Amino acid sequence: MAKPKLYKNVVQEDTLDLFGGGTTEVEPATVPKPALETIGKEADPPVPPATPKGNGNAKARRGGSKPRKGSAEEQAKKQREISISEFFTKNRHLLGFDNPIKSLLTTIKEAVDNSLDACEEAGVLPSLRVEAHQTAENRFKVIVQDNGPGIVRAQIPKIFGKLLYGSKFHNLKQSRGQQGIGISAAGMYGQLTTGKPVRIISRIGPRAQAHLYEVKINTSKNEPIVSRDEIVDWDVDHGTRVEINLEASYKRGRRSIDDYLELTAVANPHLELFYIEPGGDEIHYPRVSDELPHEAKSIKPHPYGVELGILMSMLDKSKARNIRSFLQDEFARVGPGIADSIIGNAMLKPTLRPKRATRDQVEQLLKGIAETKIMNPPTNCLSPIGADELEAGLAKVVDAEFYTSISRKPSVYRGNPFLVEAALAWNVQGQKADDLAVLHRFANRVPLQYQQGACAISKSVINTAWKNYGLSQSRGALPAGSLVIVVHIASAWVPFTSESKEAVASYPEVLKQIKLALQDCGRQLGIYIRKGKRLAEARKKADYIKSYIPYIGEALREILELSEGKEKEIIETLTDTLERSRKF
Amino acid sequence: MVKNPVVKKIKNQAREVETGILGGKKPCLKFPVRSLANVRYDPRRGHFAMKGGKKERTLTVATVKSFAQTLKMMALSKELVNQNDIATKREAYYVSKNWGAARFREQPESDTVMDDVEALFGVNREQLGFVPEEKGGDVAGELVVMDVDPSTGKKLRIDCTKFGSGAYSIPISVEQLDFETNASFILAIETAGMFQRLVKHSYWKTANCILVSMGGVPTRACRRFIRRLADDKNVPVYVFVDGDPYGITNIYRTLKVGSGNAAHLNEYFCVPQASFLGITPKDITEYDLPTHPLKEVDKKRAQDALKNDPFVKHYKQWQKALQTMINMGVRAEQQALAKHGLNYVIDEYLPRKLEKPQLFLP
Repeated sequence: MAKPKLYKNVVQEDTLDLFGGGTTEVEPATVPKPALETIGKEADPPVPPATPKGNGNAKARRGGSKPRKGSAEEQAKKQREISISEFFTKNRHLLGFDNPIKSLLTTIKEAVDNSLDACEEAGVLPSLRVEAHQTAENRFKVIVQDNGPGIVRAQIPKIFGKLLYGSKFHNLKQSRGQQGIGISAAGMYGQLTTGKPVRIISRIGPRAQAHLYEVKINTSKNEPIVSRDEIVDWDVDHGTRVEINLEASYKRGRRSIDDYLELTAVANPHLELFYIEPGGDEIHYPRVSDELPHEAKSIKPHPYGVELGILMSMLDKSKARNIRSFLQDEFARVGPGIADSIIGNAMLKPTLRPKRATRDQVEQLLKGIAETKIMNPPTNCLSPIGADELEAGLAKVVDAEFYTSISRKPSVYRGNPFLVEAALAWNVQGQKADDLAVLHRFANRVPLQYQQGACAISKSVINTAWKNYGLSQSRGALPAGSLVIVVHIASAWVPFTSESKEAVASYPEVLKQIKLALQDCGRQLGIYIRKGKRLAEARKKADYIKSYIPYIGEALREILELSEGKEKEIIETLTDTLERSRKF
Repeated sequence: MVKNPVVKKIKNQAREVETGILGGKKPCLKFPVRSLANVRYDPRRGHFAMKGGKKERTLTVATVKSFAQTLKMMALSKELVNQNDIATKREAYYVSKNWGAARFREQPESDTVMDDVEALFGVNREQLGFVPEEKGGDVAGELVVMDVDPSTGKKLRIDCTKFGSGAYSIPISVEQLDFETNASFILAIETAGMFQRLVKHSYWKTANCILVSMGGVPTRACRRFIRRLADDKNVPVYVFVDGDPYGITNIYRTLKVGSGNAAHLNEYFCVPQASFLGITPKDITEYDLPTHPLKEVDKKRAQDALKNDPFVKHYKQWQKALQTMINMGVRAEQQALAKHGLNYVIDEYLPRKLEKPQLFLP
């Protein structure tokens, strides 16, 4: 296929300066389109990826400025396949690569998520080593190494060298990554910004040999290119080590990779983590729970959560002979009886062939589902952290006087099971009493570091009446106090507000469950704070009594000319009377 | 030695407290409420009288400090009376610095406790051995005061016409004084400036009167002095103050019927026979006086008096006068009379006013 010159820079494996001078375009926040799609109509010059020389685009523009000929043939000439790298470049903000700081975070995050999921699936307590080295002014080398099961040789090129490849996307169970973009996007980003391949060492067991691979992506075909594949010595029994070079920058503080790793340690008490930060210091987060999270099961979708388009495509792909068996095969909690009620309520024939269903009939089917009472979906697709474990995880990174936590029972939004967990740490070292509380949000054990304001979790925290629990709170703000709040939402499908997975959408049931969890923790805190206040009052009372009663005795002695013994008796009796009295 | 009645009262109260404590009970002191809300105007006796509202201070953990302070103040008072000594309010405050944790931080705290003790026993603070810092007031005119030389105990005759351009100073305690006078009235004046003018021009000679400078709200001693003089010698009392709500509701009213804060003492510290010469709201228009607009505090004071002051509420004339002043929205000072000439007050205003004392406001 003859590619127009226009794409030369992109298709070839030259490095790109994604953030350098010249690229100031603001992209509309569109939903990412499937990677292989033809562009309709006028081919907008793709994102001008400012090449170091910066002249390719200018030429292309001139080439296109002929007299207008809007014929179908002319347009057809411009319609062509989008290369994967072009798609990536255009949509990088949706994938978490908006800027150099965030790119570093996203890369580490994808690698850590993968490692944790792999370890847990294999039943191994994860022990991770994360390194971030600065190699040049705006270059970093990221290394993430796990003690997971390793990856079989055949899979390695696809996992690291092909975008939109994975098992999680099609699977309805709680897992960290969900979009199937993952580590290959990070690799692609590294490749586009530094020209270097992703380097992987993997070993699947002590008897197997460790393999070293270098993988690139053929950015026009979305296919892996293995540039190196050899057997190496590796002093690890099993595990995977991923090394990515990328253009990035590093900043400390909130939303940094330091913050991300610390929070990951909070939400994963069973994780042992060694982190070599860019400064060279090693930070160790020890494991505080020796129990693996119980394994989440895959479930079928629940009928309440399905939408028209999805239902249509499910019908289309179905191999079932009729909708009655289609419903039973494809959905959770639908048996023969429920299937009959749905079809009855939808006023359809049970013998209707799924592939033959018209749009109107699918609408009817949806209506039928809505009118039928169906049992909630099974919740074994969820794997909560657990109240005690969450508290232990929090205590690992936050030094506080008081901790409390709760893990709520599963609930359902739009047919998706989910559950909420929350923890509080109060009187936290390094946080003043009039500081606003610090809120840490998690979804499926992954910290959410951006878009706090848009998140259902933040809204629920703000809408909780913290004054009832002995804290102060301004209208529309987080509570004030030396307080850290942790909220975790676990779901087979977390309702994120956007593809970058940074904020949870405000479904009423989700808001309600978060609020209930916070209220439960708040009550525990309130009890503790009030108890503290009572003790303080008792101390003050005792002080009061001790400091003033002697003067009552003294005055009475002076006025009545009493003996010192009498004075003492007065003081003792009065002290006793007041100490026994409850009234302050 | 005969026990002083005040010491007896103090001892009885202390004994009660002691018995309560040793009985394992929480003793309680009952204070009359010291506020305008707890007084009524007694027109027959001509002063504010207590309505009988009491506040109880039970000895609890929260009140243990003020309880201790009250008892220590009583002990100090007993000592002063027994030793025939006195302490000023300020001195009492400094004495408290020996009381460790029970000491007072600021003088207003000790003043309040002192006022409480005073009200508790229904005596005045001089009887408790405490004396105020404040000056009593100045006197000039047709009056001879009989006092005693503190060092020799000899009688002294003080002729208030013989102070030249100066004046006789009212002592803090006036109970021992006797008077000789043929004056036809006493003129109680708000400001020292006006007093100076009248003294300078020997107005007391022209009008055959006694001039008293109150210097703002009259002190207890000043009120008691005027009262005793007026009672003994049966002389009418005319009051000459600024034409503003403060002059009327604070200075004049306190002189005539006493204060709400120490109502248990008003019987002695008031001058029911006083009447209001000026400056009245009517004077402002009648004498075409220069004015200042009423400030917010003035308006509030006048409105408060109309609503809450039992004295103002008793007299329709005063309600009318204050309402007129609020409506006019202006006030006039005594010295505004100088607009018509410096001695206009002596040559015109006072003589014209004094022609018809029956028209003075009550």
